Amino acid sequence: MSILIQTDKCRNCGRCIEACPGNLIQVNPQGKVWLRHPEECWGCTSCLKECQFEAIYFYLGADIGGRGSLMHTRREGDLCHWIVEPPDGRPVVITVDRRSANKY
Amino acid sequence: MPFHIVEKTADILIIGGGTAGCWAALTLCAHEGLSVLVTEKANIRRSGCLAAGVNAINAYIPAGKTPEDYLEYVRWDAAGIIRDDLVLSMAQRFNSVVGQLEDLGLVILKDETGAYALRGQWNIKINGENIKPLLSQAVYRTKNVEVLNHVNITDYLTLNGRVVGAAGFSVREQTAYFLRAKAVICTTGGAAGLYRPNNPGFSQHKMWYPPFNTGAGYALGIRAGAEMTTFEMRFVAQRCKDTIAPTGTIALGVGAKQVNAQGEEYTSRYGLSTSGRAYGTTNETHQGRGPCYLNTVGITSRQDEELLKAYLNMAPSQTLKWLESGKRPSQQNVELEGTEPYVVGGHTASGYWVDTGRRTTLRGLYAAGDVAGGAPKKFVTGALAEGEIAANTALVDLPGLSLPEDEALQAQEQAILQTYERHLTPADTSSVKRHFVPPCRYTSQQLEEAMQKVMDDYAGGIHSSYRYSEAQLDIAQERLEGLTALAQNLRGTDTDDLLHIYELKDRLLVCQSLIAHLRARRETRWTGFGFNTDYPGVDDSWQLYVNSRLENGKLKIHYRNLVKEAITFEYPDSNG
Repeated sequence: MSILIQTDKCRNCGRCIEACPGNLIQVNPQGKVWLRHPEECWGCTSCLKECQFEAIYFYLGADIGGRGSLMHTRREGDLCHWIVEPPDGRPVVITVDRRSANKY
Repeated sequence: MPFHIVEKTADILIIGGGTAGCWAALTLCAHEGLSVLVTEKANIRRSGCLAAGVNAINAYIPAGKTPEDYLEYVRWDAAGIIRDDLVLSMAQRFNSVVGQLEDLGLVILKDETGAYALRGQWNIKINGENIKPLLSQAVYRTKNVEVLNHVNITDYLTLNGRVVGAAGFSVREQTAYFLRAKAVICTTGGAAGLYRPNNPGFSQHKMWYPPFNTGAGYALGIRAGAEMTTFEMRFVAQRCKDTIAPTGTIALGVGAKQVNAQGEEYTSRYGLSTSGRAYGTTNETHQGRGPCYLNTVGITSRQDEELLKAYLNMAPSQTLKWLESGKRPSQQNVELEGTEPYVVGGHTASGYWVDTGRRTTLRGLYAAGDVAGGAPKKFVTGALAEGEIAANTALVDLPGLSLPEDEALQAQEQAILQTYERHLTPADTSSVKRHFVPPCRYTSQQLEEAMQKVMDDYAGGIHSSYRYSEAQLDIAQERLEGLTALAQNLRGTDTDDLLHIYELKDRLLVCQSLIAHLRARRETRWTGFGFNTDYPGVDDSWQLYVNSRLENGKLKIHYRNLVKEAITFEYPDSNG
């Protein structure tokens, strides 16, 4: 269970560091944000949702059904677009409106 | 490098800024002139059980039902081992805390009459993806609450049996914190990571309960001599296989039934209690009728889309797994599995033994949420209610509690500091032989794996279908004592390593307490949560609480009669 931090998109704002409930995202000696303990990620996706620069991607381990797709989020006001990019194929976008509650 | 020292005092110290801790702080913020300090291992913005969000409030009293009805439901579900006073006092507050959450901005689904739309008997549907940011923002808006993020508490400071503060360290820099207070409210979480998990490799932390809830609050209390209750009522959640995502959204939301590999609905054979449902899936599989599933094949495409959305607000891995497989829930059933066992007072009755006001047996210490025992099925609203009750009781007691003198605690603080420094002193690894004598070269991760293997093999983990015997528990106890001795000599290079070392030490202590409790209850009351092969049946002479306390370095079991009415603890020392 883990995330990827896309270093070319990351602006080192530190929001993900504050969002991680496990203190797993830290600043490395070179001053860059990194995931110090990839195997300890819970998969809560707090960091994705806090990132303003779409720099963090979430993926499933192959042991729990992952096939290499990457998931990230894009905020647009109250809308949260969840974007899933398969390794080969078209992205799937599911949009959740923060103002509407779960129907189930 | 020596530790930088920070000392602070407050009227009330809250340890743990999760659901219950934030609500305790919000309860206290109305009292001007009162100083409140909240410590949090991560950052309260997303820490604790609500990090990923939650898509339902599971405990709400709908029109036509009463808090007494909820009490009866919890009593039935927990097979009698609950505290009536605690369950009732939280249930009486469910609806008021829901109203306050809505005022903070929580979106709740309403029906055509304007009432909250129900799911099942006690659930209401929400958009809770941002429930923790809503709570934490409210805490930050207060004037008298100071939040110390990234501070891990390791020990209570005590004086003549009274808790007068706590000590901890920053997980980011080499700073020790000595915090003194008139009253301390413990609101840390329960304990995950005691047993080998469902996914032991790369996805080891893809578990039901936050892997960062390591039983710190239980360990703090056990070390300080607090009485604990009902650890043997472990919690095993029935979840979606692999992603360990919740099943209620599918079972209650679209009415999917549980079926075995032959397509038979099996739940009626095992009963509908939480434990019974978990046992059904375990036993069907054990008997060769697995895998078991939630039967979603044939639901509508609209239901497909709503399920994909619903999981994004709480367990996005499940949505991603559906997409990765190329099949929607209407095209494939959702396989079920039981989780590894947890100790968690928000779902079962494990935790601090408290009075009706949530006072613990240690004067000056209060407990709420997943660390507090006696009141299962708290969920979010019960944790909030208990935070409110504990805060209000601390306020009542505050005039009789003074701040401790500085000198009185110096020896304790020095001893704690020396332990931190010892764990960060490099081990002498100049010869091969020295690598394997203490201080040793094992890492906290290696010892954690060893602990989880012991618990899985000998204390009723997943691979034995949650079965255990006294002979096995004896082996577990012996091995855990060995691991505990090794853990004292672990070495790290920074306070992130120190955090991992303390998390392991806390878990090892909770494991030993759990084993003492499993041995002490000579029956099998909650078949889905654990099966005592020496005593396989329910025995009504065990309608009592198994409590424990560390006395002279040994865990001693105390059996207590069921409590029906409100109780108030009195303490031998009453001079502040």
